[in-house]
Amino acid sequence: MKTKIQNRIALTTIRIIALLVVFILMFLLGDILIAGVPHISWHFLTAPSQSFTSGGGIGVQLFNSIYLLFLTLIISFPISLGAGIFLAEYAPKNFLTATVRMAIEVLSSLPSVVVGLFGFLLFVVQMKMGFSIIAGAIALTFFNLPLLTRNIEESLTAVPDLQREAGMALGLSKWRTVTRIVLPEALPGIITGVVLGAGRVFGEAAALIYTAGQSATNIDFTQWNPLNSASPLNLMRPAETLAVHIWKINSEGVMPDASAVSAGSSAVLIIAVLFFNLLARLLGNALYRKLTATKNR
Amino acid sequence: MDVGKYNLNENNILNFSPEEHEIAIATQNLEVFYGKKQAIFNGNLQFERYRITSLIGASGSGKSTYLRSLNRMNDDIAQVKGKIIYRGLDVNSPKINVYEMRKHIGMVFQRPNPFSKSIRSNITFALKQNGIKDKQRLNQIVESSLKDAALWDEVKDDLDKSAWALSGGQQQRLCIARTIAMKPDILLLDEPASALDPISTSKIEETLIELKKKYTIIIVTHNMQQASRISDYTAFFHLGHILEYDKTKHLFTTPKITATNDYISGNFG
Amino acid sequence: MDPIKNKIQNSSRETRQDLLGKILSYSCILLIVLVVLSIFFFVASKGIATFTVDHGNFWTFLTGKTWNPIVNNAKGQPEIGALPMIVGSFGVTILAALFATPFAIGTALYMTELASKRGERLLQSVVELLVGIPSVVYGFIGLSVIVPFVRNHFGGSGYGILSGSFVLFVMILPTITSMTVDSLRSVPRFYKEASLALGATKWQTIYKVILRSATSGILTAIIFGMARAFGEALAVQMVIGNAAVMPKNLLSSASTLTSILTMGIGNTVMGTVGNNALWSLALVLLLMSLLFNILVRLIGRKGRM
Repeated sequence: MKTKIQNRIALTTIRIIALLVVFILMFLLGDILIAGVPHISWHFLTAPSQSFTSGGGIGVQLFNSIYLLFLTLIISFPISLGAGIFLAEYAPKNFLTATVRMAIEVLSSLPSVVVGLFGFLLFVVQMKMGFSIIAGAIALTFFNLPLLTRNIEESLTAVPDLQREAGMALGLSKWRTVTRIVLPEALPGIITGVVLGAGRVFGEAAALIYTAGQSATNIDFTQWNPLNSASPLNLMRPAETLAVHIWKINSEGVMPDASAVSAGSSAVLIIAVLFFNLLARLLGNALYRKLTATKNR
Repeated sequence: MDVGKYNLNENNILNFSPEEHEIAIATQNLEVFYGKKQAIFNGNLQFERYRITSLIGASGSGKSTYLRSLNRMNDDIAQVKGKIIYRGLDVNSPKINVYEMRKHIGMVFQRPNPFSKSIRSNITFALKQNGIKDKQRLNQIVESSLKDAALWDEVKDDLDKSAWALSGGQQQRLCIARTIAMKPDILLLDEPASALDPISTSKIEETLIELKKKYTIIIVTHNMQQASRISDYTAFFHLGHILEYDKTKHLFTTPKITATNDYISGNFG
Repeated sequence: MDPIKNKIQNSSRETRQDLLGKILSYSCILLIVLVVLSIFFFVASKGIATFTVDHGNFWTFLTGKTWNPIVNNAKGQPEIGALPMIVGSFGVTILAALFATPFAIGTALYMTELASKRGERLLQSVVELLVGIPSVVYGFIGLSVIVPFVRNHFGGSGYGILSGSFVLFVMILPTITSMTVDSLRSVPRFYKEASLALGATKWQTIYKVILRSATSGILTAIIFGMARAFGEALAVQMVIGNAAVMPKNLLSSASTLTSILTMGIGNTVMGTVGNNALWSLALVLLLMSLLFNILVRLIGRKGRM
């Protein structure tokens, strides 16, 4: 009898814990969205931020976040693709490969603030780039590389060896077999991973404070020449992102509506993350269906 | 020589060589190692042009390993020693361009493995990589190789559909079509019908008999009826050794050694 | 001359493609390894400078309670007592792990042993979303919800180790949960079936069979969670108060290695003692993250035996 009661108590406890975790998430999302969504308006999303007065927006920060994400993906995707292909297809089973794997694991577990400080030291200070969007993109690349590499490796490994043999037996080079046959089949998994990684990159702040910097210089959205210092595309301008903005106004913000601005920004950030999550799932499924079903050409 | 419980008089058996036509490919003292474990001993066989040769034997006898070594598909996973003579060259040498070699020694695998592309692209993909760009010519090759693989009538209206939508038997014939579209000399087949139903199997067998007019075919099979139905020559593998090699009708009716007799009569092991 | 024979003996488009492919993929992996090595090299050379160039005392660094690098102490060495930050970092990390572990194991058990397919999928999305929430958002919620909550219910200013631990608890919960789920799923089915068939209750089975055989996996999960907590910077920095003094209790303002680092780097000049001392903190972070990695490996090796 005692064991039965014990059983019931224990299982109920487990259920309550699971329920609590669901509540925690609902509370977090609810809190952010309820506090933040009322502040979101077209003006808020597009206007430049204010340092000392209320009514500022997050237009520049939002653009910076998106631009930085875009740059990071452009730099990190090809590198992790090459590295993922190496690990999945070329890596010999030896001590060196084990060391390489360990290095990637270590990189993925490094605190992002350390990665950011390294970027600061190497690019901002030593290479004299100053706080710049390109330094930020490189720091975020370091942060993104290990995860993307592992994801690409896993997606490639999941493609059956039969497909590799098929290509090789037709006299295709290993490289062609990997890039034209194996890679397309691994694409749903890779895309899902890239988009999820994009969500992480979008919300990252610690690696950016001392690389992309904490100031949002005024951008002239009519000036699209990347060499002009006011151009949104300029790589050398400092660029505070949305996530950094939230941190900044909460640490040292002096505008009267700081909490409203952070609530609104947090809500925008969360909505973006939700969007990335959803997009990852939809894209993955859609690509998978396209892969297995009819194709017209 | 350790070949289980059977005694072997080598002279008798391995001196056999086909004489009617020229030899398409041959191996001399082929030995295959997986790490320290030796999978093929002293592999000496000659394969006659425009004939079907079956490789039979129990699972683990080394027949698939031997076949896969012929076009160097084992390079990454095993160590292959000895000579593989093709067109007067030892193609087992590291100097050989394996990619070019595989274009002439094609292979079809146990499980159908079409690419996740359309039926048409499955065939044209490797051709395009080889520099054949002319659309008309490509279409022509698609049609002729599908006809050769006895698949044309079933898929001619669906050439742009995904190959993964085909049945297993159709997929396997597509894989054959894909391989012969390369116009190889030699076609290696590794138990191509083992994953298929009887109807698909007999279709593939008919296809192969048609194909031997143009190609030299070497097929691994665990199905002895299949070997006796389609092949001209048969080699019997046991524990990594080739114990007997003869015209199929001789091997199946009057095997020279007990091991072969036991295997074909089902008293094996 | 046989044209085929000729082709087989010469290089072709394929040989060139393969060479290119090898060069490309090898250089990508080399680049990553180079990045890791240079991170260690740069941070270490900066971090060591405190002791070699500025004559800081290593023992003072580990045990000293006064952090004021620009001032020299009686012995003429810089005041680089990092103990307050080290205590703060370990404090929040251990507390957060203590809070999160029961929740993570409970949730993981619910997902693998009790939930329906739908419940499992729901929890799966919950965990994924919790992972996805950016750390500054956690920090902001900590600031707007947890700090006032702690102030009202426990006293003090609300800023301190307790608030930091609460924030980190939610942040590492999904990490520990999802890894625990993986290790619970890898327990062979027949262990469980055998136990149930012997008449054990579900809880007895969970407690005596499933949790036992997943122990090393769960430990790994906890260490991964702790590594994340130890390295987290902004969320903690926003709620802990950032006073580089020994914390008197869980409710007094404190600091962590990461929080002093993020606050300080911008306010010191490159190459000065003050700056180098901060890099020493970064080096500690780096070494700790390495240590967590090694721990995970050791546990993994033991678990396999």
